Amino acid sequence: MDNKNNKAWLYLLPAILFLTAFLVYPLIDVFVYSFEEGYNSASQTFFGVGTYNYSYVLHDPYFLRAVQNTLILVFITVPLSTGIALLISVGLNSITKLKELFQTVYFLPYVTNTLAVGLVFMILFKKTPYTDGLVNLIINFFGGSSVDFIDGPYWAKMFVLCFYTIWVVMPFKILIFTSALASVNKDYYNAAKVDGTSRFRTFMKITLPMISPTVFYLVITGFIGAFKAYSDAVALFGTNLNAAEMNTIVGYVYDMLYGDSGGYPSYASAAAIILFVIVLTITCINLLVSKKHVHY
Amino acid sequence: MVNDYEKIERSAALRSRVIKVIVYSLLIFWGLMVLFPFYWMILTSIKSYASYNSEYIPQFLTLSPTLQNYADAFTAVPLAKYFLNTLIFTVITTAVMMIVIIPAAFAFARLEFAGKNLLFTLFLSLMMIPNELVVITNYVTITNLDLRNTFTGLILPSVTSVFYIYLLKENFSQIPNELYFAAKVDGTSDMKYLLRVMMPICRPTLVTIAILKIIECWNSYIWPRLITDNEAYYLVSNGIQEIRENGFGRENIPAMMAAVVVISVPLVILFLIFRKKIMAGVARGGTKG
Repeated sequence: MDNKNNKAWLYLLPAILFLTAFLVYPLIDVFVYSFEEGYNSASQTFFGVGTYNYSYVLHDPYFLRAVQNTLILVFITVPLSTGIALLISVGLNSITKLKELFQTVYFLPYVTNTLAVGLVFMILFKKTPYTDGLVNLIINFFGGSSVDFIDGPYWAKMFVLCFYTIWVVMPFKILIFTSALASVNKDYYNAAKVDGTSRFRTFMKITLPMISPTVFYLVITGFIGAFKAYSDAVALFGTNLNAAEMNTIVGYVYDMLYGDSGGYPSYASAAAIILFVIVLTITCINLLVSKKHVHY
Repeated sequence: MVNDYEKIERSAALRSRVIKVIVYSLLIFWGLMVLFPFYWMILTSIKSYASYNSEYIPQFLTLSPTLQNYADAFTAVPLAKYFLNTLIFTVITTAVMMIVIIPAAFAFARLEFAGKNLLFTLFLSLMMIPNELVVITNYVTITNLDLRNTFTGLILPSVTSVFYIYLLKENFSQIPNELYFAAKVDGTSDMKYLLRVMMPICRPTLVTIAILKIIECWNSYIWPRLITDNEAYYLVSNGIQEIRENGFGRENIPAMMAAVVVISVPLVILFLIFRKKIMAGVARGGTKG
């Protein structure tokens, strides 16, 4: 028996070692860091223990700007992308011809490098001395005037960030929605058809309740993912996000850790824990709401 | 009567045709939204520098395609080096991860030992830890170990995934017990059983996990950015950011787009080959967005 035990632990040993070193220990350590005041990363010393790091972060205008940006991004992109994805998936589910082709095309953004494709979005939206960019050309065509979406006004930059974020998250949502829609029992639809129920009513009364667990799954993962937005912003506006006024909470954490403004793991830890608390709160609220509205 | 019936049927047919047109236009519209950035990136990458910059109104076609930008992308910046780094990083990370997670999944699925359920619950609860929380300490750890700007430092924190252990364990558990007992009677060792029986049976899942990990590695940006500041160790994501900020001179957009095409092509090919596997794998538990 003992021999058997030892053997099992031997199989598990590599995984346990790596998880302890790079997941469990860091998790404890990040809380420790966040309460160590005046930590110096060169000498690895600190003055005292307390909540100063949190109050510093919460009073840092860059952090507040990052929170504002992240919240706007979350509350615009999550409902919009979920809604559009649902619309497209319902359409996709109702056709047979070319279905696979559409599915393949829609999934492409998932496998592409966010940073690389972000550059393409940048040149499409950017206004330079040589050209106003394609998007501005379209705006001009409809009678508007050109806007610099990359270095211009705040709302324009926010628009591009939201647009690109939605473009990036759509493949996952469409994929999950189409497989959920395909698994709804066809008998319900046939029964509705026999009763002469309108398409809209069928959708509201049958489809939506049947896939409501999926909708909430996507809303929750969508919130979590959007709160962690960072690479999309870097792709569009470059690494100096504070200067572009486009920083996100995760961006703030990394800027505190590394780079020109870096070297403050304590502040980074405090900011990361604040982010975690926000995400946890929102997820709990989501779960409470879903209990009321989701039919399992 | 007959006339009425025909009328109703005709209007119903008309309505379903109208709906079909609307649905297809919607689907085609989104298809174009997805494909257009790819088209634009390829198109721009084959326009010559001079013609791109002389186009105040961007042209949708080019009559004089050139491959010069691709040559520039490989000579003006160390794109080949970034590529090689990413390849090394991806292959080693994926291989080591498989070596770590397969025995762990096997132990959970097949072996009996004290505290198994407790340990498995602990493992599952680790899935909830967000990467952003642990990256800070990992950064400090790797820096203190003097592993910045090394492949070891890049690879170490990303070789375990609790989720993939879970996925594989579920798959291993589906193999009937009788097979294991029969192998035991024949005197097969556990290790041999894992290698000769379980792994071949679960090959589809193993391939899916490997592909998902490869995609993740190829696109990883945050950890490599923290841990490398020496260009010799940049991965493609950091490379493209470096190109954007310092390479080519800011205005050579065609060369930049050529680099973007080169970076995107491997994964697009991988996707087209393993399309079904990737989509099924992501539907079962990938997350992004």
